[in-house]
Amino acid sequence: MSLTVREALLAFRRAPLLSALSVTTIAFSLFVVGLFGLVAVNLKHALSTIEERVEIVAYTLRGTPTETIAQASADIAAFPEVSAVNFVSQDEALRRARAELVEFRDAYRDLNTNPLPASLEIRLKPGSRDAETVALVADRLKGFTFVDDVRFGRDWIAKLDRLRNLLGLVGLLVGGAFAVVAVVIIGTTIRMAVLQRAREISIMRLVGATDWFIRGPFLLEGAMKGLLGGLLAIAMCAAAFSVVRTDDGLFAGLVFFQTPQLLLGLLFGMAMGFGASLVSVGRHLRNV
Amino acid sequence: MISFSSVFKAYAKGTGGLRDVSLQIRKGEFVFLTGHSGAGKSTMLKCMYAAERPTNGSVKVAGFEIGDIAPADVPRLRRKLGIVFQDFQLLDDRTAHENVAFALEVTGAPKDTIGGKVMRVLTQVGLAAKAGAYPRELSGGEQQRVAIARALVNDPPILLADEPTGNLDERATRGVFQLLRDINAGGTCVVMATHDLDLVKAANYRSVELRGGEVVYDSADGAGGSDEPDGGGR
Repeated sequence: MSLTVREALLAFRRAPLLSALSVTTIAFSLFVVGLFGLVAVNLKHALSTIEERVEIVAYTLRGTPTETIAQASADIAAFPEVSAVNFVSQDEALRRARAELVEFRDAYRDLNTNPLPASLEIRLKPGSRDAETVALVADRLKGFTFVDDVRFGRDWIAKLDRLRNLLGLVGLLVGGAFAVVAVVIIGTTIRMAVLQRAREISIMRLVGATDWFIRGPFLLEGAMKGLLGGLLAIAMCAAAFSVVRTDDGLFAGLVFFQTPQLLLGLLFGMAMGFGASLVSVGRHLRNV
Repeated sequence: MISFSSVFKAYAKGTGGLRDVSLQIRKGEFVFLTGHSGAGKSTMLKCMYAAERPTNGSVKVAGFEIGDIAPADVPRLRRKLGIVFQDFQLLDDRTAHENVAFALEVTGAPKDTIGGKVMRVLTQVGLAAKAGAYPRELSGGEQQRVAIARALVNDPPILLADEPTGNLDERATRGVFQLLRDINAGGTCVVMATHDLDLVKAANYRSVELRGGEVVYDSADGAGGSDEPDGGGR
């Protein structure tokens, strides 16, 4: 094992230029994927901020006892799609109306009785904010006897659905294309490095090295190149991000990758380096 | 040690193959394989170290049946063989010592034994003083000695040499040949492909001549070995 590590490191030292070149090539191809990823992450982030406004309001019949509503709130909160249930009393509804509808402030002030119904505001979990699920939950709410009416922005949510699907499809196609390009470039780069050492492989075979013994250093070297390329790509993405992001204006509030996403990127780079080495060395091993 | 029975080897391009070769090489023997280019010398050697497999017939080397040797057994076979080539096949970016040590390292030899073994074989081939030299700093003859040292370092019972003197001047040729004779004298079976008939004549070793992939002469077949191809369909 120590020999595998030593041989892999030696490869970097013996061909520093080629190694640097392959790491840079890998870095740039991952950088392109990363840039697209940043765009996708931010679009998704923006979409989720909008989605958070998806809400179902269930108006209660006048005179429903508070305990009944409290009990029902707990039941509703236990729905798998529901993230939060907020009870808005008649007084609270009136207070809000006064605060928000300034032009009717006088009308609301002179009331003898409160005309506004109490309601339950129901927020849904991410992933349950599509039109179909919202309608499903709304139907279930209508089943409660004290519920008078259920409202949600049906058209608006349907539009959100279409936007989400479109972004998902475009992301899949463009992201997939970028990923394929990265795979091809990284594969070719690693293959060149292996080709340069084809002679070494054939000599190793002739002196009785087992296939796995020969593969070891190449696989490690490939994975290391992928890892280094990935780290470099992250650094480049971070640099590009800091250039684009501003404290206010259009590009305020942009988000960078989360740690799991960064780790996934590094893993992709390593897996690519490893896989490409495996394929390239395998091709040479069949020759002698 | 090595046996060919009715071996055929066909190549797509049609030349360089083998036709009905049968041959026994015993332990400790020194055998020349002679013949023109394309006569099948290299093919015979390749069949011995499993770089090629016979199309038909049986090749047995050091207990392995080459025709159906498992891929995992190929390294085990090659550890019982030393192989030397016309173009030395050394790694240019490693010193003589590292080139020889490489052959031990790939077999997983214990680390602390490697240095001693390498120096022993480098001394045997007369290059102990140049252990730290890179191939480009060595003459052709010296490079071939390093290659022979590498072939010997695993103490193989068989040494296969494919035109080992083909790239060397006369003096280096004599030196390398003498080295191979010494190795054989130590009990190692040596099979050497060559078209240098002077070498063949200089030593009283068994010689096998190939022509068009057939054995046309074998000095072991009694005194009056015919120079003519055997016309009777074997």
